[in-house]
Amino acid sequence: MTATLPTAEETRVTTTLESPTQAPVAAGATPAPLVRRRRRNKLTSYLLPVVVFAALIGVWYAITYLFLEPGKRFLMPAPHTLITDALLDPVITDKVWPALGRTIVVSFAGLGIAIVIGMLWAIAMSQSKAVEASLYPYAVALQCIPILALVPLIGFWFDFGFESRVIVCVMIALFPIVSNTLFGIQSVDRGHHELFTLHRAGRITRLVKLQLPAALPAIFAGFRISAGLSVVGAIVGDLFFKKGDPGLGILLSNFSSRLQGAPLFFTIVVTAVLGFAVFFLFGLLAKLAVGRWYDQSRDAG
Amino acid sequence: MSAPAPTAPPAATGTTVLQFTDVARQFPDGTVALEGVDLTIQRGEFVTVVGPSGCGKSTLLRIASGLDEASAGTATVDARRIGYVFQDATLLPWRSVQKNVELLAELHGMSKTATNQAALDAIELVGLRGHEKKLPRALSGGMKMRASLARSLTLDPDLFLFDEPFGALDEITRERLNDELIRLFVAKGFGALFITHSVSEAVYMSTRVLVMSGRPGHIVDSFEVPFGTDRTPELRFTPEFAKLAGEVSHALREGHS
Ligand SMILES: Nc1ncnc2c1ncn2[C@@H]1O[C@H](COP(=O)(O)OP(=O)(O)OP(=O)(O)O)[C@@H](O)[C@H]1O
Ligand SMILES: [Mg+2]
Repeated sequence: MTATLPTAEETRVTTTLESPTQAPVAAGATPAPLVRRRRRNKLTSYLLPVVVFAALIGVWYAITYLFLEPGKRFLMPAPHTLITDALLDPVITDKVWPALGRTIVVSFAGLGIAIVIGMLWAIAMSQSKAVEASLYPYAVALQCIPILALVPLIGFWFDFGFESRVIVCVMIALFPIVSNTLFGIQSVDRGHHELFTLHRAGRITRLVKLQLPAALPAIFAGFRISAGLSVVGAIVGDLFFKKGDPGLGILLSNFSSRLQGAPLFFTIVVTAVLGFAVFFLFGLLAKLAVGRWYDQSRDAG
Repeated sequence: MSAPAPTAPPAATGTTVLQFTDVARQFPDGTVALEGVDLTIQRGEFVTVVGPSGCGKSTLLRIASGLDEASAGTATVDARRIGYVFQDATLLPWRSVQKNVELLAELHGMSKTATNQAALDAIELVGLRGHEKKLPRALSGGMKMRASLARSLTLDPDLFLFDEPFGALDEITRERLNDELIRLFVAKGFGALFITHSVSEAVYMSTRVLVMSGRPGHIVDSFEVPFGTDRTPELRFTPEFAKLAGEVSHALREGHS
């Protein structure tokens, strides 16, 4: 009994601190400020990003025009020149848009392959401790070996074109899918397992009706991480494997070596937007697939 | 493994569905959970086990269900199908009520139409009509338990095992579910092994109450409950009920010390 008293007092103090205008007594007095606070939160959550964005653009202009001498402004071209000298310049966009398309193709091909291999790999490991013990170290190795060190080798074996770029994507995107799928399958509720055991469910039935559905939230979280990584993979792959039509990575390196500031920055923005788009796309897919029943994704809405 | 037709007539009342002879269970770490347990349950019997926490009640059910094995003695189950209701409803969160209730029939390889019909019937029986499309997260604790019960009912089991199924529910919901379970028991005539912490629930539900001692658990007392099958909530306030509940409580305390 005595233990509850100080707690109640503490609660009261907190209430007073948070809303000084409110009488600090009855619990019934709290709903009003709660509602108000939430509305204010909503407003700030839309307004704040805009303010921050405007501030960044302001700083950017300041750097361009206040700190850089006119001859060095290609180092950080003013924001509007990205539009005038790149977005509205057909010479530039005729390079950027097709490159964007190719980068998308490479990263989605890589991601698709990583998803198939990664899930099969994880499922195989989930079915037997021996398989897990023998295959998991390689998944970790994939994560630990610097992919860049293997890049020359990939070039020798698969030539310096599309295939090699896709392989880089696969290698970068594979680990999160393997580890998340395995984690998802292994964290299935013990009670659910016993239910299936009790009714003599076979391996495949258990996998299809219990383990995979239960793992879906984790699997989709893995997809989302890997999707972002495979865009990175496509850019990195570009930098090393320049045979064939250029992707965004090659453009980045070309524009930068020719000191074309505005096109370079424009391409960086396009790359970033692609990364964002992929991330959000997979967030949306996850929500469609498991949002109905999986609690965590409710916060997003 | 071969699934008997769901229409097969249930075995008659009085058939032995569960027999434990001198069952013991020692875990690899040396814990002795059960010792010298003798127990017989027939169809039409509702046997409740009360005992202190950790005395091996869940272990008893797990052995009866085949999830665990006796380390000594024999446990014989003679039931076409076993229903097992866990303390948690263990519904699959991605399946609707209807689909959850269909799960076990699916696992037993019933045809799609038979599965569907069995689920509809069971949902009707537990009073969840109109909630078929809901996901578990939209259900109250009591409704989840009803769905879990319905899921086992689709198999029309001869032996029903309950591991403190209503332990997490509020008293009103619990008492209502007690009445509904009695109604199902009277209608279906299965044999039941029911575990609870509540002496009142034990006496109200059962045809026989067994009292277990603290670990290593064994059965120290057995009470026949003389109230017949037509039980109403008022029974709880009769002197006869209070007397029997008092005796069971006393035995429980004796076994505990
Ligand atoms: N796999 C196991 N290995 C070792 N000890 C175990 C194992 N399972 C259960 N036990 C022990 O056996 C004893 C009986 O466990 P059990 O779960 O059957 O108790 P219970 O009567 O159901 O308890 P409660 O009323 O708390 O549910 C406990 O002391 C428990 O710690
Ligand atoms: Mg237990």
